[in-house]
Amino acid sequence: MSGRLGVPGLLAILHRPAGAQDLSGAGWSELIAAARSSNLLGALAEGLRASGVVAPEAAARHLEGARQLGGRQRLSVRWEAHCLQEALGGLGVPIVLLKGAAYVLGYPALAEGRLFGDIDILVPRPALGDVESRLMLAGWSSSSVDAYDQRYYRQWMHELPPMVHVRRGTVLDVHHTILPLSARRSPDPQAIIERARPVPGLPGLRVPCPEDLLIHSITHLMHEGELHNGLRDLHDIDRMVARFATVPGFWPRLVQMAAGSDLAPPVAAGLSLARSILGSKVPLEVLGRLDPGFGWRHRAVLHAYRCAMRHPTPGRRPWQAGLAHGLVYLRGHWLRMRPWQLARHLATKAWKGVLPRPS
Amino acid sequence: MIDAVLHLPPFDIRVRSPLPGVAEHLAYHYPGAGRLGGGEFVDFDIEVVPASGLRRWWRPQARFLLDGIEPFFPLPVEQAAPMFEWGLNWCVAQRALGYLVLHAAVVERDGMALVMPGFPGAGKSTLCAALTHLEGWRLLSDELAILDPERGVLLPHPRPIGVKNDSIDIVRAFAGSRVGPTYLDTRKGRVAHVACPAASMSRAGEPALPAWVVFPHFVESAALAIEGVTRVEAFTWISEQSFNKERMGELGFAGLCRLLDRSSCHELTYGSTRDAVAGIRSICARGAAQPLPHGGSPAAPGPADRA
Repeated sequence: MSGRLGVPGLLAILHRPAGAQDLSGAGWSELIAAARSSNLLGALAEGLRASGVVAPEAAARHLEGARQLGGRQRLSVRWEAHCLQEALGGLGVPIVLLKGAAYVLGYPALAEGRLFGDIDILVPRPALGDVESRLMLAGWSSSSVDAYDQRYYRQWMHELPPMVHVRRGTVLDVHHTILPLSARRSPDPQAIIERARPVPGLPGLRVPCPEDLLIHSITHLMHEGELHNGLRDLHDIDRMVARFATVPGFWPRLVQMAAGSDLAPPVAAGLSLARSILGSKVPLEVLGRLDPGFGWRHRAVLHAYRCAMRHPTPGRRPWQAGLAHGLVYLRGHWLRMRPWQLARHLATKAWKGVLPRPS
Repeated sequence: MIDAVLHLPPFDIRVRSPLPGVAEHLAYHYPGAGRLGGGEFVDFDIEVVPASGLRRWWRPQARFLLDGIEPFFPLPVEQAAPMFEWGLNWCVAQRALGYLVLHAAVVERDGMALVMPGFPGAGKSTLCAALTHLEGWRLLSDELAILDPERGVLLPHPRPIGVKNDSIDIVRAFAGSRVGPTYLDTRKGRVAHVACPAASMSRAGEPALPAWVVFPHFVESAALAIEGVTRVEAFTWISEQSFNKERMGELGFAGLCRLLDRSSCHELTYGSTRDAVAGIRSICARGAAQPLPHGGSPAAPGPADRA
């Protein structure tokens, strides 16, 4: 349980780590539980360390454990990147690392204190077949999804079914565009690939430029149906804003690229969330230029996100938070699929659940 | 309603439950575990609560919550106590707290620990109960070997020994054993908990140095056989029984190597508990007299001798 401290207490301490010094033992328990349930334990550990706050020994064990795990995962992500270079380097096609892998290989400061899951890459759609077969030769195979799922992914989604490496067990998501093909917005992935930057020592790999990295992260958060990692993603966004905004010309470039990708409204919404929840330093005029039509409906949507993010776990949360999670879920699906597609998809899934499994 | 903070080294655990089965289990098995007041730091905040809605009345179920999150499916309410034990094992195995956690029984005598990795059906829990009740070994854990990789020591985590099916009656016959209620039809069959001997419970703060690694292997009516195991084999097998070696990276790898450096490793095939106890006696007979700083015990050829 997030206890009395909860997400607001966690956010206050992430913002001003020195505040943790006054916590009781039970307060530390609540802080660590809240950080863990939001997948921000590593970030908390780094924040406290950077501010020189010494946690009581029992609490320090949890923080140190998260730090060790993060370090181990960063090493693993680096190794996966080397394996991708080995497998795909010969194709002569740019392979763009996304999300966590891009942080580790291209923006290490963003990777500090973060935990990682799957590896995500973006490849040009015409090269998708070659990429898939090379990956299979190198030991990645399509995870056990059936024929319907395979077709569903290939027809409607923005990525191949997840591939699992037979020996390492690591999961790779191969994207060929940013949002599902069925989504209402269809940003052009080619522009991201063209603007991407090289990775030292790995000539086949790229990382998105700072503006695209931020736009992509926000786009995913605002199209997600579930917010398990919502606060973690928002924290990533906040760190990017803090680092990138000091570079001259960053905001005008971001506005231009977001508009060019048909993503200005969701980027405005995501930046506005980061501003109101984490106090990110986003100039108001940037929001205005991204989405001049920002009105009461947007505010209502953002209110639902804020409420859902303050109560990330289904444990004992107020009914409003349950409702907010429901709204975010519906909105995520609404944005990613036409209603008839959704109905057909859910009906097929339900029917498959009734049928006996083929042995 | 029970709301207690148990000090079960190396962890502090808050348990809340309105279910009488859980309260009785804690009173029977953890009477000596330190009860702390409110306000302390706890490593695991556990609730075992009745399921709500229909499941409160019709075939009632119990839910396990860790920090308000439900990691498992509910179980029938009669199994709330075993659910608490399984859930707590899961907490210790899953949470990164700087320890290498292996699925193994650990017992100690004269400061030297015997580690028995647990392949399912190997009989480690029964053997562990026999050694602690009949042979004077101290129980560190029957399920979770907790290695502090920096100090190279095994930490006690004394809790009841879980035994199942036919083993329940075997262990009940041991002099001085205290066996709690039997839970029927669990996913592991019939299950009961054997109380941790009071002497082991009271020494929960004392770590032990690894000296032997024995892979028990129960085969119906087999003759007793003891075979040396090389360090490489032992590493491979024990890795399979590690919950978090992969996640611990270099620290976990080095910790496991260090454990094996200090231990002589054996495979023990047996057909009866009596044989198994005799086998452990012969493996550990002379080893305890003269601990070496490095490379295993002099009694049985250590891996270094064979290499």
